[in-house]
Amino acid sequence: MNSLTMLAGDAPAALTPARMQMGLTLGVHIILVPLGVVFPLMMLLANYLGLRRNDADYMRLAERWSKVAAVTFAVGAVTGTVLSFEMGLLWPGLFARFGDVIGIAFALEGIFFFLEAIFISIYLFGWRRLSPWAHFWSGVPIPLVGLLGALMVVSANSWMNQPGGFSIDSAGNVTDVDVWSAIFNDAVAYEFPHMYVAAFICAGFLVASVYAVGMLRGRHDRHHRLGFLLPFTLAAIAVPIQLFIGDFAARSVFQDQPIKFAAMELNTTTGPDKPEILLGHLDEDHEVSGGFAIPGLASILSDPSTGTSTVVTGLESVPPDERPSRGAVNTVHLAWDIMVGMGTALAGLSLWFAVVWWRRRHRLAEMRWFLRAAVIAPIAAYMALESGWIVTEVGRQPWVVYEILKTQDAVTDAAPGLVWASLTAVIVLYTALAVGTVLVIRGMTRRWRGPGLDDAAIPYGPREGPAQRPDTPDPGGAP
Amino acid sequence: MSAADACAVLLWVGVTLYALFGGADFGAGFWDLTAGGAERGERPRALIDRAIAPVWEANHVWLIFCLVVLWTAFPPAYASILSTLFIPLTLAALGIVLRGAGFAFRKVSVGLGTRRAYGAIFAVSSVLTPFFLGAALGGIASGRVPEGNAAGDAVTSWANPSGIMVGALAVAACAYVACVYLIGDAHRAGDAELEGYFRRRALAAGLVTGALALAGILVLREDASYVYGRLIREALPFVLVSAVCGIAVLALVARGRPRGTRLLGAGAVAAVIWAWGVAQWPYMLPETLTVEQAAGDGGTLTWVLVVFGIAVVLVVPSLVLLLRLDQGGRLEEES
Repeated sequence: MNSLTMLAGDAPAALTPARMQMGLTLGVHIILVPLGVVFPLMMLLANYLGLRRNDADYMRLAERWSKVAAVTFAVGAVTGTVLSFEMGLLWPGLFARFGDVIGIAFALEGIFFFLEAIFISIYLFGWRRLSPWAHFWSGVPIPLVGLLGALMVVSANSWMNQPGGFSIDSAGNVTDVDVWSAIFNDAVAYEFPHMYVAAFICAGFLVASVYAVGMLRGRHDRHHRLGFLLPFTLAAIAVPIQLFIGDFAARSVFQDQPIKFAAMELNTTTGPDKPEILLGHLDEDHEVSGGFAIPGLASILSDPSTGTSTVVTGLESVPPDERPSRGAVNTVHLAWDIMVGMGTALAGLSLWFAVVWWRRRHRLAEMRWFLRAAVIAPIAAYMALESGWIVTEVGRQPWVVYEILKTQDAVTDAAPGLVWASLTAVIVLYTALAVGTVLVIRGMTRRWRGPGLDDAAIPYGPREGPAQRPDTPDPGGAP
Repeated sequence: MSAADACAVLLWVGVTLYALFGGADFGAGFWDLTAGGAERGERPRALIDRAIAPVWEANHVWLIFCLVVLWTAFPPAYASILSTLFIPLTLAALGIVLRGAGFAFRKVSVGLGTRRAYGAIFAVSSVLTPFFLGAALGGIASGRVPEGNAAGDAVTSWANPSGIMVGALAVAACAYVACVYLIGDAHRAGDAELEGYFRRRALAAGLVTGALALAGILVLREDASYVYGRLIREALPFVLVSAVCGIAVLALVARGRPRGTRLLGAGAVAAVIWAWGVAQWPYMLPETLTVEQAAGDGGTLTWVLVVFGIAVVLVVPSLVLLLRLDQGGRLEEES
């Protein structure tokens, strides 16, 4: 036990590497989540249109998307598994106490994930082996269970922001657990739609950008046009919806977690008529430095009915050990600015798309600047997604369970050296995983453009390359 | 039977299913690793690839199931196990990433060099992961994981005779189960040569696994007195069932009769897992934390059971559909 360091008021030494590892593994997993949740839906849409209209281009898109979805689903499955180990490896203090409060959400998520894995397998391996409509219907459960699974995971996260569904007795023990109040806690109503719609924006712009690159390189066939339009339309519809949900979420955070809101707005003192500060940071004296202040806007946005007279709680209204550190506040504020900025830029792109669609004056392939913008749109979308999660997670600090359990009291008592070693291993492994995923998917798309080369069916089959000598002892080369 | 007991049974069901399905996928990786050079190993690897590609992700979910039931129904046990066994379980988690990614990447890659590299990652991590998971179980069974946040020794809790022994047994049992399944796959594919190939290996793996299991009992006698004491008394019927199943499989395989070997092979492994469960009863963490003490809130335990009921209704028909399509060859790769 590190009770000595705790008495001294310092954070345990394992806290930094543990938070870094959790942040890294979650940050990577979140990249795959939109693909897991939305890719199957796009694939089924293309499949449906292909069957309905007897359209070979849509069918080809559906089949190729399903193969890419299989790779990203596999990577998502294993990075998700790492998280379920890390809950105990890194945060035994959280799960020893609250495992039975939030566990059911994960159990339900497990069921939905199980169903997703089963139906993805059936759909993926069922191409040309099941009858076309039976094959289509075998895929229909995937987006449905994907939605429910995402709901459960986000619910567990929103419970950490707005914990409910239990009481704490005088001895500090957790009692009277009500799992449904824990699952449908006060924050899930805004956290879940925000994440779910974000998934459409990220996955839609990401897939569309691949075809935008193709069109910019002169591939103007119908395959590319449909491959661009279907996902881009989904994302462009999602963006304006997200603006409303985001506004709702921000006002809910203003009410539910005023200190997190103060960090987002870089607001140190409680009072009315608070400015919206763009960029800027807290300096060493905890004063706002730099940036542009729009007078009164933070108050107006927090509650439009009371306008500039809305009182906004400041960071200094609570003791320093109950609010994020200065570094964390600056991180949260910057992330908040990035999220809002990227969201606004994407709203502009969606509006541009609406105008293009409305006027129908130019062929898509001729609109090179629009396509260029579409190519970089997923970068903006993913920056917004990651920033949003940084706002949620870092903004909740120093609490892991808001106002109930501090992060430093939940962290493992394992030797800090071990946690640093594990963080290093995770960094190396995840870098390799990212490189591998990109290389593999790029290899697939190159093959699809090549002359009739399809996926190899046999591992190490000699027909793809020069055969090894039969007496080669090592099966797979040096690891 | 209390709700806590029922949840413990549920947990053991999950461990059993993971061993039988997920374990077989790890074992298939073992045979992939030892299949020889690219040309010699081509056909066994192709069979392995076809057998596990459609099912490994679904099989893998049983591990998530075990972790989730553990932290929901027995929160202090989950926290104690994961924090004390930080090293083997971190390595197992990383091994799971490498195994899954290596396999999925190999499947969609062309070019011998690339496929060999991904294949090597898949195969090596398929052997290391069950070893570390087994070592963790050995550590728990020998009573070296006390209740508390990293309360046990980070190294000796698993790097001890019981841990090493159970780790080795896990690798062998995975290879054995996989091989027995692969005989059936080769048989259905009508490939007599490959059937013989896996039959010879199943015999060897069966003998090695049986020998390790016997040696394991001797190690436990010296190293884990509580579990050993119950293993030779209360859990003896399971030990015997495992032995009988294992010998029957060897006899059938030796005579070249694949019918029934799958079920018996699975029975041999399942019986060992239940023998272990009975042997450490009523403890979750032997001699420091009982199932009742580890149990979480009563209402939650009831919901765990209800959710499991929902899972049975939803998942089992889907899983049966997948496995039937897979086994019926309807999901096989085009050649």
